[in-house]
Amino acid sequence: MNPKYTKYTFLLEMIGIVLGVIFLIPFYFVLVNSVKGFADILIDAAAWPKEFLFSNYVKVWDIINFPRAFWNSLIITVISNIGLVVISSMAAWKMVRTPGKLSKILFVFFVSAMVIPFQTVMIPLMKLGGALNLTNSIPGLIIMYFGFGVPLSLFLYHGFIKTVPIEIEESARIDGCSQFGVFWRIVFPLLKPITVTVVILNTLWIWNDYLLPLLVLQDAELRTIPLATSSFFAQYTKQWDMGLAALVMGITPVIIFFLFLQKHIIKGIASGSIK
Amino acid sequence: METKIQIEEPVIQSEVKTVSRKKVKLKGILTYGAFVGPALLFFLVIQIIPFSMGIYYSFTSWNGVSSVVEWVGLENYIKIFKNDPKFFDSFIFTTKFMFASVIISNLIGFGLALLLNAALKSRNLLRTVFFIPNVIGGLLLGFIWQFIFVKGFAAIGNLTDLSIFKLPWLGDETTAFWGIVIVFAWQISGYMMVIYIAALQGVDQNLLEAARIDGASNWTLLTKIIIPLILPAFTICFFLTISMAFKIFDLNISLTGGGPFNSTQSVAINIYQEAFQNNRYGLGTAKSILFFLVVAIFTTVQVMMTKKREVEA
Repeated sequence: MNPKYTKYTFLLEMIGIVLGVIFLIPFYFVLVNSVKGFADILIDAAAWPKEFLFSNYVKVWDIINFPRAFWNSLIITVISNIGLVVISSMAAWKMVRTPGKLSKILFVFFVSAMVIPFQTVMIPLMKLGGALNLTNSIPGLIIMYFGFGVPLSLFLYHGFIKTVPIEIEESARIDGCSQFGVFWRIVFPLLKPITVTVVILNTLWIWNDYLLPLLVLQDAELRTIPLATSSFFAQYTKQWDMGLAALVMGITPVIIFFLFLQKHIIKGIASGSIK
Repeated sequence: METKIQIEEPVIQSEVKTVSRKKVKLKGILTYGAFVGPALLFFLVIQIIPFSMGIYYSFTSWNGVSSVVEWVGLENYIKIFKNDPKFFDSFIFTTKFMFASVIISNLIGFGLALLLNAALKSRNLLRTVFFIPNVIGGLLLGFIWQFIFVKGFAAIGNLTDLSIFKLPWLGDETTAFWGIVIVFAWQISGYMMVIYIAALQGVDQNLLEAARIDGASNWTLLTKIIIPLILPAFTICFFLTISMAFKIFDLNISLTGGGPFNSTQSVAINIYQEAFQNNRYGLGTAKSILFFLVVAIFTTVQVMMTKKREVEA
């Protein structure tokens, strides 16, 4: 990196700031108009609000039952993440530490499924899910996330475990530790960096996912945030005063999550993609 | 099965020599199953079995309700090729959309990465700003931008008097197409930028310094040294954007809903409607199998092409 701060760098800095402001303009529009009355939005959407009306938020909070939707999204995301970390890290470790044909074939099998689009699986999955009682239930949806999340999570763990030296595990084994003991007490803590990446990628995907919950969850009280938002928009078309408040509420949790963990997220995304 | 057990034998055998070979083998299989089994089970039940069922159903008249599922051979596929212009329109739209959005989001992403790779004081802040749209899901982004295109652009048009903001963005076929491209690029560029930045940081600064001393211009540095060195990042970014653009659904449905006049209906929406709104599950699965083949071909060809160039460079 060039340490000198020249005129040229200053120019680049200005360009960067202008682009950054352009990137943020949509958020300005959404925030500012979410506290306006409907008539004021129609008059001038760019203007600063004359008065701040939080009644939009109060109304929408009840209509979409925000606490319920938030709770559903949270439960689904957290449990899916825990399950994916457990099953993928265990499988990947065993596969890396047991070289041979079987492990190789399984690995290719898992990874090549990543090219299958969701749309190719969804129609028969709904039939199978119905037969297995997985539909219209949050545990059922979580099980489906296990199945869809395994290939990428396992792939990331697999790549990482290959770089973990085997010697520590071997000495623990000789000391009489069981395989599960070796894995959970010694190996798993070493996998922390890639676990962070796996959790971040899966969280952003599952939290924002729309189509799978749309197909699986029918009852209103099971709705996640994207489902609650879309059903709100289906019912109240063009009612932007409330619609924008719904959008602000919908995006706030994930933006807070990002701002708190941004260093890890950006690092995790970069390393997750380069692997 | 044989090969994997071999590694365990020395360890266990040296300790418990009395245990018979058979028992060791069985234990090895059981532990392997305990570790790999759960992942494999979920994967098979949720993805592989439905995928195989889909191949079967694509040759049937399954409608999702009736218990009678009739074998119809290639009828669904023939129907798609002979008289389903809407499906082909959606394919053409999706392909055009993919090309436009892959080029634009990678150009922006790479440009932003180059910009932030300079010693800017605000680089961390800007990196955060450019990445934010990526953490919001496509569905909510689509709704947000629906408001921007309809009300926000009109307001900007009134302020600036620029005609581009006075177009009926989502109401016209051409602008609706570019509308989706813009939102997609807004969402994805930050993601691509992060990958490109990581790659740029791996470029050896001494190499660039040496070339600069030899009188190479910035442009030469970029095209002759930097880009060839970070080609793997291009492979990844193109792979990601192609598959994301090709499977677009959420953003599409909330921004335009496929309109105006179905002109922006992606393949994913077409399949969804065929199956779950028209209740033609057999036809829907046939379409989804074709979709799978196209996605698989596109991504493999792309990876092969860029990989080949990586080797040459």
